[in-house]
Amino acid sequence: MMEQVKAIVLRAAGINCDLETVHALELAGAQAQRVHINRMIENPKMLDQYQIMVFPGGFSYGDDVAAGKILANQIVHHLADAIKKFVNDGKLVLGICNGFQVLVKTGILPGLSVGTGSACNPGLQDQPVSIIDNDSGKFMDRWSYLQCGTDKCVFIDPSSRIYLPIAHGEGKVVTKTPEILKRLSNQGHVAFRYVDADGNTGKYPTNPNGSMDDIAGLTDSTGRVLGLMPHPERFVRMTQHPHWTRLERKGAGDGMMLFDNAVKYVKENF
Amino acid sequence: MKQWRFEISNRADFPDVHGNGVLEDIRELGITSVENVHSTKVFLIDADIDQEFAERLAQELLTDMVYQEYRIGRVDIPAGPSELTVVEVHLKSGVTDPVARSVVMAIRDMGKEVEMVRTARKYVLFGNINETDRDVITRRVLANDCIEDVIYGSDSEPPSPHTKPYELKITEVPIRDLDEDGLMAISKEKDMFLNLIEMQTIQQHYKQIAREPSDIELEMIAQTWSEHCVHKTLKSSVDMDCNGEHIQFDNLLKETVFKATQDLNKDWCISVFADNAGVIDFDEDSAICFKVETHNHPSALDPYGGAATGIGGVIRDPMGTGLGAKPIANTDVFCFAPPDKQLNEIPKGVLHPRRVMKGVVAGVRDYGNRMGIPTVNGAIYFDDRYIANPLVFCGNLGIMDKDKCFGDPSIGDLIMVVGGKTGRDGIHGATFSSGQMTHEHEDIFSHAVQIGDAIVEKKALDTLLQANVANLYDAITDCGAGGLSSAVGEMGEKLGAEVEMDMIPLKYAGLSYTEIWISEAQERMVISVKPENVEAISKIFAAEDVEATVIGHFTGDKKLTLKYNGQQVGQLDMQFLHEGICKYSRKAVWKSKKLAEPTIEKKDNYNDDLKAIFSSYNVASKEWVIRQYDHEVQGSSVIKPLAGVSNDGPGDAAVIRPKYDKDKGVAMSCGMNPMYGDIDPYWMAMAGIDEAIRNLICVGGRPDRIALLDNYCWGDCTKPETLGTLVRASQACYDGAMAFSAPFISGKDSLNNEFLCDDGTEIAIPATLLISAISLVDDINLCVTMDAKKPGNLLFVVGLTKNELGGSHYYKVNGQLGANVPVVDLTVAPQTAKQIHEAIAAGLVESCHDCSEGGLAVALGEMAFAGELGIDADLRGVAVSDDCTRADTILFSESNTRYIIEVKPENYDALAKLMLNLPFGQVGEVTESKRLVIKDADRNTVIDADIAELKEAWQKPLNWQ
Repeated sequence: MMEQVKAIVLRAAGINCDLETVHALELAGAQAQRVHINRMIENPKMLDQYQIMVFPGGFSYGDDVAAGKILANQIVHHLADAIKKFVNDGKLVLGICNGFQVLVKTGILPGLSVGTGSACNPGLQDQPVSIIDNDSGKFMDRWSYLQCGTDKCVFIDPSSRIYLPIAHGEGKVVTKTPEILKRLSNQGHVAFRYVDADGNTGKYPTNPNGSMDDIAGLTDSTGRVLGLMPHPERFVRMTQHPHWTRLERKGAGDGMMLFDNAVKYVKENF
Repeated sequence: MKQWRFEISNRADFPDVHGNGVLEDIRELGITSVENVHSTKVFLIDADIDQEFAERLAQELLTDMVYQEYRIGRVDIPAGPSELTVVEVHLKSGVTDPVARSVVMAIRDMGKEVEMVRTARKYVLFGNINETDRDVITRRVLANDCIEDVIYGSDSEPPSPHTKPYELKITEVPIRDLDEDGLMAISKEKDMFLNLIEMQTIQQHYKQIAREPSDIELEMIAQTWSEHCVHKTLKSSVDMDCNGEHIQFDNLLKETVFKATQDLNKDWCISVFADNAGVIDFDEDSAICFKVETHNHPSALDPYGGAATGIGGVIRDPMGTGLGAKPIANTDVFCFAPPDKQLNEIPKGVLHPRRVMKGVVAGVRDYGNRMGIPTVNGAIYFDDRYIANPLVFCGNLGIMDKDKCFGDPSIGDLIMVVGGKTGRDGIHGATFSSGQMTHEHEDIFSHAVQIGDAIVEKKALDTLLQANVANLYDAITDCGAGGLSSAVGEMGEKLGAEVEMDMIPLKYAGLSYTEIWISEAQERMVISVKPENVEAISKIFAAEDVEATVIGHFTGDKKLTLKYNGQQVGQLDMQFLHEGICKYSRKAVWKSKKLAEPTIEKKDNYNDDLKAIFSSYNVASKEWVIRQYDHEVQGSSVIKPLAGVSNDGPGDAAVIRPKYDKDKGVAMSCGMNPMYGDIDPYWMAMAGIDEAIRNLICVGGRPDRIALLDNYCWGDCTKPETLGTLVRASQACYDGAMAFSAPFISGKDSLNNEFLCDDGTEIAIPATLLISAISLVDDINLCVTMDAKKPGNLLFVVGLTKNELGGSHYYKVNGQLGANVPVVDLTVAPQTAKQIHEAIAAGLVESCHDCSEGGLAVALGEMAFAGELGIDADLRGVAVSDDCTRADTILFSESNTRYIIEVKPENYDALAKLMLNLPFGQVGEVTESKRLVIKDADRNTVIDADIAELKEAWQKPLNWQ
C-alpha cells in the first residue's frame, strides 16, 4: 500500500483555482504540487512521480477561441503521450470546470471504449462531446445539487447526492449526435447530473446551463478519469456552504468525497 | 503572403446564443424591424500555409466541430426572399486582440508560424432595416466607435491593421514668450486640462532654467498635475461660508478625513494615505490592504472596457503596495440612471443606462472572474442624474507579509516594466478624467479608452508573487493614471531616474516617445531591481512567458531624464514636477436648504407602499448582477453576498477567510446614500459611515478594527456651492471616523462629473460619497447572516426610530423628498455597534440585519423571505422618539444605527442584560406562517403580506435574462 500519495496540479496562464485544489488534496492526505505547463512540456517524464493529476479551474489562456481550447491544443501537441501513459498506468485524472473543458477538448473525455482497451487517445479530430456557452449566454455562479449517475467512477460514492457551486459561462455539455448521448448514459459515462434537492432533474435553474441529459460531469471508460463543471475544491469545510449559518451539520464539505476517494484508491492500488 | 479568411458559426440545430443576445439588445432599443440575428466569428490569418493545413486549422483549432461549422473564405449571403444587412466589426488598428494572440500561439503549437492573426465579428441582421436603424444598431449594440471599425456588406475590405513606423522628432514647445491666451491655447490644444495659474507656473519655471520645454515635458507635467493624480481640490485651501459662519481650511483633506486618521493614531494602521492602498494589521504574520478607485469617464464612453480596466486597475493597487500583496477580494459599486429610460430622454453623446449597466457588469465580470479573485461585495444605486456620468467604483483587498509592507528603491537599482506592452490606448486618461464631459467626448477622447487583457495581468501577478517570495525586487508600483510617467516619476521622486524609452516593449510600431511615456496601456507594473538580481528575476518572468524589460535606472541626481535612441528628449527636475504645483485656494458655500416635510395621508394598510419600495431599483434584488461574479473562487468566502434558504437574500456584508489554516476573517461592506445629500451632505456622509459599519457589525465584524475608505464623486468643485457640499461631507468624515474610532486608510476622488449637453444644459451628478469598510472577524465560525432562522425565535430592534423620512424610499415612491434627513447620535452609534458585537460574539444572535433603505418594514420583510419564514411584528415594541407616532413613520423611517436581531427565547435574559442602556425593544417573533404581519400601536394590522409576494416584488425589477 502506498504511503504518500502524490498529486500534480497543473498551472497555466489564466488557471486560477490551483491553490484551493492543492488545499483540498492535502486535506485528503495527498502531497500536492503546482506545476506550470511550461515545466511539464520541458520534462513530460516528471509525471511518472505522481499518481493523481488535476486540471484545475480558471480561464486558461483567457478561454480565447473557446473555453479550454488553447490549453487543450497545447496538451495534445506536447503532452499527449505522457498523459496517455499516465492513464494507462492506472493513475487518476481529475478535471474541474476549465479542467473538464480541457479534458473534453483534448478528447480525453468521454474516452468512449474501443473494443476492450482503454480509450485515452488525446486528439483534436472527431470529438464526440463538447462544452459550450450556457443557454443564458452568461457566466453564472450558483450552487447545484448533483446526483451521481454511475457506479464505475473511482472518485464517486455511487448513489450519493452532493451540493457544490458552479461558476462558469461555458458549461453546457453537448454531444455531436443523439446516439453518443445515449451511449454516455448507457455505458456509465455520466458521473453527475444536475438535480434539485430531492434528486429530480428539471429545467433552469435546476439545470443551470442547459446541458444535454442534465450532465454535470463525465468519466471515461476506465472510471479513473473524471471531469465536472462544479467545483468540489470550493466545498471542503462547512463554512463554505452558502447557508451554513442555518445548518447544524459539522464536518467536511461534500466536495471532499472526490479527493478522499482518489487518495484512498491510490493508496489501495499502488 | 496569402490572407486566409475563416468564418465560424453555430450549426442550425444549436442556438446562436450571441446572436440571440444581440437581438434582445436591439429589441430593447425599441427597434422592431430586425427579425433575427445570425452571428459569425471571423478569423483573418496572414500565413504561408496550404489548403490542407488551413482545413486542419479550421477543424482542430478554430471550430468546435461538435456544434459549429466553418467556411474558409466568405459565407455566401443566404438565398431566399428575406431582406438582410451584413455588418462586420473589426478592431481598430493597435487595439489589443487577446484572441488573436492566443491563436498565434496555438498555431505555433501546431508547428507553423503565422505573420498576423486578426479576429472580427460578423452579423447578419434579417428584416427590412432602414439605414437610420442600421446605424443606431451598429452604434448602440454591435460596435463601439472608440475601439472598433465597422464595414457593411459582404464585399467591403476590412480596415488595414498596419500602423506607420515612427521616426524620432524632438519637438520643443515655446511657451516663455506667450501671453495668457497663448498659454491657455497650448493647454487646450494638448488636452492638458491645466488652468492659467498652472500654465504660468510652468512658464515661470522654464524662464528660470532658460529654455523651452519639450513636448514630453509638458505632457508629463500635465499628467502629474492632473486633478486625477494630485487631488488639487481636496488638498486646496478652502474659504468656507457655512450658513454665514466662516471656516478656513489650509488643506481640506489634511484637516478632515486624514486628520481623523492622525488623531486616532491606531497602532494597527501600518501605512495610510501613502501607498497605492491603505495597509492594516491582519494577524501576527500578515497585513491586509484595501483600495477603491473610480473609473467613471472611461465607463461612460465604453462601459465594458472602462469597467474591466477599472477592476483591472484597482487590482494592481494592492499588487503595487509595499512589496506587493496578493489580491483576495473585489468590491464593485455602481451608480446608473434608471434602466427603463425612454430613448428620447437620452442626451446626445450618451449611452442608454441599460446598455451602460449591462456593459459595466460584463466588464467587471470578465476581468474579475478571469483574475480568480472573488467579487464578494457591492451595491448599485440609481438616480436620473447619473445618466451622462455613470459611476463605477472598483475595489480590491489584498493580503501581504507584514515585513513587506514598504518598498524602497535605491540609487543604481534598475527599473523594469513587467506585464503588458505599451500601446496607444489610454492616452490622456488622467487629464481627460479630470475634466467635464461633453457630447463630443465620444469622438474626441476615444483614445483615452483603455483595453484590458486580464490574463496578462494574471500572469504578471503569478510571477510577481514568486519574485516577492524570493526577495528579488526593492519596490513595486503599478502603471495607472499617467502610465509610466506617473509610475517612474513617483517611484523615483526622491532619487531621480533615467529611462531609455526605446527599450519599452510596444504592442505595435509607430508610437512617439511622448505616447510611450504617457500611455495608460493596462497590465503594467514597474519594479526596482538591484543589478545583481536582474538575471534571477528575469528567469521567473520568462519561465511563464511574462514580458519584463529593463528600461532605465535610478540615478540620485533628483532629475527625471528621458532618452530615445540615446538622445535626450526631456529632463525634468523631480522637485518641480512633484512639488512645483501651485497651491490652490477655493471658495465654498453651504446654505442649509429650506425644505419641508410633505403631508401624506394616513392609510389603514401599507402593503402597497412596502411592495413599491421593494420594487424600487435601489432596494430591488441585485441577484442578476451578483451571480455573474464568481464569489467562490479561492474557496475563501464565508459570508457570501446572497444569504438564506434559497441563497438569494440580501446579505449585509461579506466575510472572507484568507488563510487555509486559520479561522480568522475579514469582513467587507459599503455605505452610500446620495438621496440624503439632496437634503444635507453632512448627514449623507455620516449615514454612509454608519451604514457601512452596521453592515460589518451585522455579520460579526469587530467594532474596534474598522478601517474606512472614502471615494468622493462630485460635480464641478470650482463652483462654490458644489465645493460647499464636499466640505460638509468631509466634516462628517472627520466626525464619524472619530466617533467610531475607525480611521480612513486610503481614498480617492473623482470630480467634474458633469456633462455639457449639445443644447448647452449641464447635468451634474448628485454629491456621491462611497464609504467602504473592512474589519477583522476573530472566528468566522461565529459569523451571522440576515435570514430569519427558526419559528418561535424573538425579534428585537436595537436603536431608536425617529421621525426621519427625509430622503427615504417611502417618500421617494410617494414622489417626495422631505426635510428630516436621518442623523446619527455619535455617542449612541459606536456604543450600539459595540454591544451588538458583544451579543454576536457571545453566540446570542441567530440572525442580524440592519435597517437601511425602506426602514424597519423592508428589513423585516427581507429577513422573512430570505429565511422563508413568517414574522409577526408589533410596532409597540419599537423604541421610538416622541415625534414618531404614525405607523408609516415607524415602518419606513430610515433612522440610522438600528439593528434587528433574532434571539432564541432562552437567550432573552442574557441579551436584555447586554442591551440594557440602549434603546431596545421586542418587535415580534418568527413564525411558520410565511406572512409578514405588522400591527400598529392600536393593534390594527398595517401590513399583512405573503412573503413570496414581497420577494417577487423585490426580485422582479432587475431579474433580467
